[in-house]
Amino acid sequence: MHGREMSGAEIIIQALTDLGVDVIFGYPGGAVLPLYDALFRQNAVRHILVRHEQAAVHAAEGYARSTGKPGVVLVTSGPGATNAVTGITDALMDSIPVVILTGQVASHLIGSDAFQEADTIGITRHCSKHNYLVKDTAQLGNVVHEAFHIATSGRPGPVVIDIPKDVQVARAIYNRPQTTGHKTYRPRLKGDAEAIAAAVEMLATAERPLLYTGGGIINSGPRAAAALRELAALANAPVTSTLMGLGAFPASDPRFLGMLGMHGTFEANWATNQCDVLLCLGARFDDRVTGRLDGFSPGSRKIHVDIDRSSFNKTVRVDLAIEGDVGHVIEDMVALWKSQGRKPATSDEWWSRIAGWRARNSLAFEQKGEPIEPQHAIRRLWEATHRQSPIITTEVGQHQMWAAQHFTFEKPNKWLTSGGLGTMGYGLPAAIGAQLGNPDALVIDIAGEASIQMNIQELGTATQYRLPVKIFILNNEYMGMVRQWQDLTYEGRYSESYSDALPDFVRLAEAYGWKGILIEKASELDAGIAAMLAHDGPVMVDCRVVKHANCFPMIPSGATHTEMLLAADQVEGKFDASAEALV
Amino acid sequence: MGLFPEEPSERHTLSVLVDNEAGVLGRIVGLFSARGYNIESLTVADVSADEAVSRITIVTSGPRRVIDQITAQLDRLVPVHKVIDLTELGPHVERELALVKVAGVGEKRVEALRLADIFRARPVDTSTASFIFEVSGSSGKVDQFIELMREVGLVEVARGGVVALSRGAEPA
Repeated sequence: MHGREMSGAEIIIQALTDLGVDVIFGYPGGAVLPLYDALFRQNAVRHILVRHEQAAVHAAEGYARSTGKPGVVLVTSGPGATNAVTGITDALMDSIPVVILTGQVASHLIGSDAFQEADTIGITRHCSKHNYLVKDTAQLGNVVHEAFHIATSGRPGPVVIDIPKDVQVARAIYNRPQTTGHKTYRPRLKGDAEAIAAAVEMLATAERPLLYTGGGIINSGPRAAAALRELAALANAPVTSTLMGLGAFPASDPRFLGMLGMHGTFEANWATNQCDVLLCLGARFDDRVTGRLDGFSPGSRKIHVDIDRSSFNKTVRVDLAIEGDVGHVIEDMVALWKSQGRKPATSDEWWSRIAGWRARNSLAFEQKGEPIEPQHAIRRLWEATHRQSPIITTEVGQHQMWAAQHFTFEKPNKWLTSGGLGTMGYGLPAAIGAQLGNPDALVIDIAGEASIQMNIQELGTATQYRLPVKIFILNNEYMGMVRQWQDLTYEGRYSESYSDALPDFVRLAEAYGWKGILIEKASELDAGIAAMLAHDGPVMVDCRVVKHANCFPMIPSGATHTEMLLAADQVEGKFDASAEALV
Repeated sequence: MGLFPEEPSERHTLSVLVDNEAGVLGRIVGLFSARGYNIESLTVADVSADEAVSRITIVTSGPRRVIDQITAQLDRLVPVHKVIDLTELGPHVERELALVKVAGVGEKRVEALRLADIFRARPVDTSTASFIFEVSGSSGKVDQFIELMREVGLVEVARGGVVALSRGAEPA
């Protein structure tokens, strides 16, 4: 194929266009001016101007998580790149495919402490899946294509491309690569056939099986979610999910036990503790899930399916590890199960024990009178919106856990939350990215009054691009999860966890051209939600909820799944020193 | 490692083939420091005709499952082609080179030369009052030679770190 000579900046835009990129999130600056000029002179790639580079990455994550396509970010050198680091780390922890283009000072200035110079490659080396410093314009096209391949294949993640300004200006021939890939990076997709046969045997002979599913199912794509439903039905196995995996299995399915782990349901955690075969699909035995390791699912044989070999035996020792794309592996298990004419061995007694745990109704709450319980607000929001299959983003804290517990999901790619890194300020930019990727969807950021202030400047971005995102703030005037831990561990000494000097969120919304709605009483809740949904532009709802509610069930630090706290009256004031040291 | 304090520590020699690109060593060393793994020795040099591939030899120690984690974590890095746990693989050759400076006159000088001969260490620099010996072999042999040189006027040591290959005709 015959290429055309272009500037480095034009090569980047052409490569993005060839890769099917229709939107990028960014913020200009000195070291990316050639790229911004190239953007100005074309129409294929739409640029969304954020107000802070961290938000550009979260918006790209929201776009990626809700569409299944990689998100793209463009920021300048120095502070542009360092501001993006939190977002890059967030994408690494949650395995979200994002490509981040960072400007760099001109090649001959690198290392001279030039204006807005930072060692972007050094800084992002350990918070990205891979990174590049491109020194030769002729390499730019191939690097961009390879970066997309690496970001989206295997275990997805963020890939950084650092581009000195002179490399953007210099000219070279661009050829669209005929093949995409990397000379040695070859993630394994198909699982080992013998291991899959062994897994089917273990699952088919289990009396008390449990499927423990994670974000890997969603990363694998809709086919993985469909195969999961089939496997659960064939094996008559209950299913529990991590925070990141919510939506991969329909919450309304009778086999679904809800989320497991620190704020998981009674039935999910007891089933994890008591099962005889635990099949982990695209999850990684995170500490929020396992609780104390020596008490985690002590009687089970464990099977772990993951595309990342380093997840095996990292914290929990497993009996059978299958490296591969979880969707492929589940499909192969389903096919083998059927061809062998397997029948599930799941005992009725197992389901009746589960029914007993369910009867504890661990997510129950009591809405009394006018003060709004936060769980009630989320349930009413769900009632009003679930038929539209909304995309829900969250910030981080109590509201996030209540949303995970009470806003149930039927489909993947509808639940966008910062799980691994736990980044306050994720939800609003993620909602903006999700809205851009899904223009007709209802997108709601369920927020707390503290978290929302971490990227509140993005109100302006939604206004500028007429994005009708909704923010639903559960305002309890506290950094609620911090305060909850202070209740649990520090005898209620609320050190710096009170949200003082809060803005008037309604007037703040209005100042940005949003609609603002205040909900103070339970009797106003449904009308307030209806008014939010009726407005065709962006809306911020300040929903005042009871101030001292804590999130239950909860497995305290250093405890096992059978030591769940179900209600506030079980909370004691102090833990011993070893538990206090755990996060 | 804090997670599994009960397990005994093992010493493993890992051979890692990597793309010879900028920052690859930083990536690997950073992985060890970020995850709290030990590095007892690390050597790196280009080993291909076209300068495209380097071999990094790392000696590390830890409980068995930490060693497994280390190999898996190295293997998932994009510029890493191959990770070989030579200790796990079986028969392999490990060698280390050291330069050892010794100063002394009279009987000590004679004794240093005699010991060097036993260890097949070669003088590569000499003055009337000093030698630099080049010694190579297993790390244990190098350790032992250095210990003996302390008795006869050891001044300073430079060690190259462990390099290793599997035995036999085939690449590992």
